[in-house]
Amino acid sequence: MADITNQSLNEIIENVKTKKISSRELTKAYIKNIENAKKLNAFVTTTFDQALENAKQFDNKPNFDQLLPGIPLAVKDLFCTENTKTTAGSNILNNFIPSYESTVTKNLWGNGSFLLGKLNCDEFAMGSSNETSHYGNVINPVGDQLVPGGSSGGSSSALAADLTPATIGTDTGGSIRQPASFTGTVGLKPTYGLCSRWGIVAFASSLDQAGPMTKTIKDCAIMLESMSGFDEKDSTSINKKKEQYSKNLKDNIKGLKIGIPKEYRVDNMPKEIDELWEKGKNILKDLGAQLIDISLPHTKYALPTYYIVAPAEASSNLARYDGVRYGYRSKQGKDLIEMYEKTRSEGFGDEVKRRILIGTYVLSSGYYDAYYLKAQKVRQLIKKDFDDSFKKIDAILTPSTPSSAFKIGEKTNDPVSMYLNDIFTVPVNLAGLPALSLPAGVDKKGYPLGLQLIGKALDEQKILNIGYAFEKNCGFKNEIKKWWS
Amino acid sequence: MSLDKEKIKHVAKLARISVDEAKVNSLTKDLNSIFKFIEQLNELNTDKVEPLTSILNQSLRSRKDEISDGKIREKILKNSPKENEEFFVVPKVVE
Amino acid sequence: MSKEKFDYFIKGEKGKYEVVIGLEVHAQVSSKSKLFSGSSTKFGADPNNQVSLIDSAFPGMLPVINEECVKQAVRTGLGLNAKINNYSVFDRKNYFYADLPQGYQISQYKNPIVGEGKVLLDMPYGSKEIGIERLHLEQDAGKSIHDMDPSNTYVDLNRSGIALMEIVSKPDLRSPDEVNAYIKKLRSIMRYLGTCDGNMQEGSLRADVNVSVRKEGDKNFGTRCEIKNVNSIKFMQMAIEYEATRQVELIENGKEIDQETRLFDTKKNETRSMRSKEDAHDYRYFPDPDLLPLKLEQKLIDDLKISLPELPDKKKERFIKEYGLNAYEANILVSEKEISDYYEEVAKLSDKKLAATWMMGDLFAMLNDKGLDISKSPISAKNFAELVQSIKTGEISGRIAKEVFEIMVESGDNPKKIIESKGMKQQSDPKELEKMINEILSKNKDKVDQYKAGKEKLFGFFVGQVMKLSGGKANPQLTNEILKKLLKG
Repeated sequence: MADITNQSLNEIIENVKTKKISSRELTKAYIKNIENAKKLNAFVTTTFDQALENAKQFDNKPNFDQLLPGIPLAVKDLFCTENTKTTAGSNILNNFIPSYESTVTKNLWGNGSFLLGKLNCDEFAMGSSNETSHYGNVINPVGDQLVPGGSSGGSSSALAADLTPATIGTDTGGSIRQPASFTGTVGLKPTYGLCSRWGIVAFASSLDQAGPMTKTIKDCAIMLESMSGFDEKDSTSINKKKEQYSKNLKDNIKGLKIGIPKEYRVDNMPKEIDELWEKGKNILKDLGAQLIDISLPHTKYALPTYYIVAPAEASSNLARYDGVRYGYRSKQGKDLIEMYEKTRSEGFGDEVKRRILIGTYVLSSGYYDAYYLKAQKVRQLIKKDFDDSFKKIDAILTPSTPSSAFKIGEKTNDPVSMYLNDIFTVPVNLAGLPALSLPAGVDKKGYPLGLQLIGKALDEQKILNIGYAFEKNCGFKNEIKKWWS
Repeated sequence: MSLDKEKIKHVAKLARISVDEAKVNSLTKDLNSIFKFIEQLNELNTDKVEPLTSILNQSLRSRKDEISDGKIREKILKNSPKENEEFFVVPKVVE
Repeated sequence: MSKEKFDYFIKGEKGKYEVVIGLEVHAQVSSKSKLFSGSSTKFGADPNNQVSLIDSAFPGMLPVINEECVKQAVRTGLGLNAKINNYSVFDRKNYFYADLPQGYQISQYKNPIVGEGKVLLDMPYGSKEIGIERLHLEQDAGKSIHDMDPSNTYVDLNRSGIALMEIVSKPDLRSPDEVNAYIKKLRSIMRYLGTCDGNMQEGSLRADVNVSVRKEGDKNFGTRCEIKNVNSIKFMQMAIEYEATRQVELIENGKEIDQETRLFDTKKNETRSMRSKEDAHDYRYFPDPDLLPLKLEQKLIDDLKISLPELPDKKKERFIKEYGLNAYEANILVSEKEISDYYEEVAKLSDKKLAATWMMGDLFAMLNDKGLDISKSPISAKNFAELVQSIKTGEISGRIAKEVFEIMVESGDNPKKIIESKGMKQQSDPKELEKMINEILSKNKDKVDQYKAGKEKLFGFFVGQVMKLSGGKANPQLTNEILKKLLKG
């Protein structure tokens, strides 16, 4: 049959179910693609032998009732995978082999899928371009000098280049939605607490959420259904009944109220982004939705707040990487303190170190109130903005990013300009809400652009439905030429 | 406010990260531009705002007091940089 | 009871100094598993065998709180007459150390689970109330072993993550004796509650000791020093003495006291500064984002309150009222739950007052001698009660009772059986005794005559003879009566 790997996950599942393709054939097709795409540097580790073995086992004893029957999946290298090296994109974990499986990946495997490999990402998920990874830049299949976004850059690149039928990432400030936007794919950051954080290398605990990255909304619903669920091992996991997102997917959005926040029209925003937003509004209006102007007055303070809260938590979360129990240990260091300092200096990259220092500083004696406490207060205000708005609307439509994919090296010398990439995505993490980035068009260079749908807490079904209707009427098609193979 | 080199070295010490003298300058520049950005927050009066402790509006869930873990020494020590069958081993602690 | 006067001052050249002490006691919570993981808390396991991926802080591991540890903290708070906070928050205390795998300790900083309370001490100069500032839950660290290898430190994480209660007193203590009484009282309360076994050898109870001094009569506190992690009452007392004297000397020499953390060197018997020069501690506390605020329902607190056992202060009052003990006796008999249980069992079956006297005398001396807890006593409460009752009814004399007691210690036998089989029963039959005495009197006619002539001292001689002939078993009171009667006649 024709190349199956450019199909959507949903189509592939249908093909497996109807035995048009075996799991083994499917897996082999992806392995071939991956081997031809080394230039993209999307993978840190591949697990082909194990994947083929798993495929064989599935084919011998297929269970087609599962959500992901015999589907090979590559995942971001931030998820701990049992007996498979997990690096978090860092030198400090260059030899770390977990003896445990993250809850989210365990859920995926429990639904019939298996691991194809581990995807490159920004070091400890700190970055917006995948340039902070110890394992090298990842290339965006959209163009050979372009970043794939970050931190889930390996995930977005692999997905857009047909190296995995779907994937998962993590999103602390936009790390799923921004790379999805840069590669013309769908990315969802679920409500905080919907997907377990157990077994995911932590960046900022109060913001981190795992979520799906897929080619279509339907795929996104399938993946979310497969990976989410209550986990008693995570104290911040929400205990609620599991939802059937894919089965309940509906494209009728008539009468829904869509909020348009005026604060998302920022200075110096390219005209194309504005036009894209207009286009999105029109599509939703044509589908019978009602557009309502809203105000989220503290939006501009979200990014500064984020750059206090996230580094503060990270500085503490990353204290465990000390060369004592696992990972890299410097050969230098005559005593314990020197060993710590050398190990952490050699083990972490510049961006991670920068953020650890920011975080250490904002929590340190004499500065806590001025920075950390202040940020937690502003975070309250940001959350309240959303709470107030959601009393009168069903969802919010905004651009996903202030620009399309940029060139490798373009922003590495100016951390603040890099941080500004997350200006539209960060507020959602601070408020713990679900948000979807969906491909909506291209800029004049032909690079994909995305729009963001923000929902109420636990209202994933509604934003998926809106996205589903949008997708059918938007006419976006991701035209990626396989220039790398 | 601005961060000087001494302050940065102190913070690096707290964070147990050794910083090359050569890198302190660029680090000082970067951190100062980041803090300038962060300090936009000072425009806001937050005197009457309660800080947010958790975005989840629920109480802490607890588990039963049962022994359900441990006895996995091999797994615990398997990844340790300096091998030993019983202990983690680190360079001598000098007080 | 005449009350003594409080008199603990450090005497300097320029006057008397009062010592002000506050304690931060770290008490290990009695629970099967750790505060945030399911590993066992049992003492003495092989190194790193009671360690989970959470306790050793592997990437992606998350804490889930043990409900029993929360309840134990609430029980302890109630036992300290303290305010239980319905809302408390877990914070991270950040610092690096080889035996602190997370790089932070989960503790409670701004919002502890228990607020202000108080503890009553019985001092020779009267009762004294010590204020409790707060009680919070936190994780213990692992253990660094420095003496196994000349160039390396070995780390055992078995203790890592075990729940501790940090109980912070107000600076209300004024002498090493008060510290002794305070620790013993805390320990006693927690053992009554079953919230901490108080085993100081196994490290279940340690304390940081804050010491400052001020001239007698001064209202303001002096600069304090904190002596870290002292693990016995004796060392606490020695450390306080040393530290207070050191501070007084500094003051008298016109020098400043640095507010600092010090270490008590048990070999040299002195405290020394442990502040490393490079960085003062900056723990960077902030709420742990892996955990949510702990909200306790009032019903849970009320239920725990109802189910609390009777605590030492209450029990003491009851012992005085119910058993007719004096305050001193009651105090000793309620000091440990096991002792009070033993006493109550004995008192139920025998004379209450006599039981108290014999317990605090011979029984405690024997236990002390053998280094045994009362729970390991070779004499069961039931047998001890029988012994007491045998004395009370006059079946055996006090002197014989001591012999029976010794045999009970060795054999664990029932006292009735011992008395029976060794024929130690007291001779209390007046007819038998009269017969015996008549025999003695007829043998010693000369002495009887002398007695009757006025040499009354000889009475003792006759008693001695009766005891000799009876093998010590003659009832002394009866012997006296009969002797007097017969000698008159």
